[in-house]
Amino acid sequence: MAKITLNINKKEYPLEADPQMPLLWAIRDLAGLKGTKYGCGVAQCGACVVHLNGEAVRSCVTKVSRAVGKQVVTIEGLSETNSHPIQKAWQEVDVPQCGYCHSGQIMSAVVLLREKPNPTDQDIDDAMAGNICRCGTYLRIRKAIHVAAEEQKKLAPQG
Amino acid sequence: MKKNKKTEKKNIFSVQAATAPVAALLSMLIFIVAVGASAFRKDDTPVKEIKLSMINSDSVESVKAFETVYKVLMSPRCMNCHPAGDIPLQGDDSHLHAMAPKRGVDGKGVYAMKCSNCHQDTNTPGLHTPPGNPDWHLPPAAMKMVFQGKSAHELAKQLVDKKQNGNKDTKKLIEHADDGLVLAGWNPGEGRTLPPVSHAEFKKAWLTWIKKGAYAPKK
Repeated sequence: MAKITLNINKKEYPLEADPQMPLLWAIRDLAGLKGTKYGCGVAQCGACVVHLNGEAVRSCVTKVSRAVGKQVVTIEGLSETNSHPIQKAWQEVDVPQCGYCHSGQIMSAVVLLREKPNPTDQDIDDAMAGNICRCGTYLRIRKAIHVAAEEQKKLAPQG
Repeated sequence: MKKNKKTEKKNIFSVQAATAPVAALLSMLIFIVAVGASAFRKDDTPVKEIKLSMINSDSVESVKAFETVYKVLMSPRCMNCHPAGDIPLQGDDSHLHAMAPKRGVDGKGVYAMKCSNCHQDTNTPGLHTPPGNPDWHLPPAAMKMVFQGKSAHELAKQLVDKKQNGNKDTKKLIEHADDGLVLAGWNPGEGRTLPPVSHAEFKKAWLTWIKKGAYAPKK
């Protein structure tokens, strides 16, 4: 065990953890943030995606030691009022069915929209293929990302 | 009996002594014919960009060494990250990587599907979990360096062609044998077979192939 400080959603969390511990364990069990989900544990499903310095890492295979000194953002930290264009579009399109995979889906979609503000269907498939949804909400996910892209365009400073 | 053995030995030595100059002459003739013949064999011609000392050039030894090199490069541990398409391969049967991650411009993936999102600096413990390396990537889009589906001839030509190998000269090609990702092939993580020979044997064959002229096999 070691004393480790993680910055999660812009807040410092002093934790005692084995540096080899998966970041997901630290987020859920030590920091108490339960929005990020455990799915497969071997980076195959995407339910555990969080942002590490802006990249959509799979926290089930990311060691806590990798996150030290970096910015971790979970679904709870994406926006204070669920007002991120992706979150709003998810509500508007009513994307989730059971909802278990959707914190990971949303975190991945946010990276896509940041890097490709006007994604094509192919871009969406390329970005989201690693996030599995057992309810099969893929078409609604795709639609919501297009809706969010439009919303983001409106919010972007003109000029 | 002792005397007879000595006489026998003497006879053998005298026969050897008598045939030695003939054998040497014969070897020289074979060498001259081989060199002459290889000069007209287009298939064995090294690609022009590679400048090697012709003193050590030996097409037979070079091609023979490439047999080992080819076996290693076409093994899943090497070929899986040198696919014909833009999606890496996976497993000992070299199937398309689950989730179909794309190469991207820099070879490090795209959007939420970047290699290092799953592949950590070191292997993740457990069977068939993501193998790790700090620099995990495919060859970049501008230098795809495809292994999958290539014949030994095609692969050898491609490896030494500066237009296709990322402008690597002989020195850089030699150094590449110790590249971190090349070495990672011999530390593949649980549940994955190793390349067919050790890294030391591979490196020896790689260096021999290059230093003897980087000749491409006929096929």
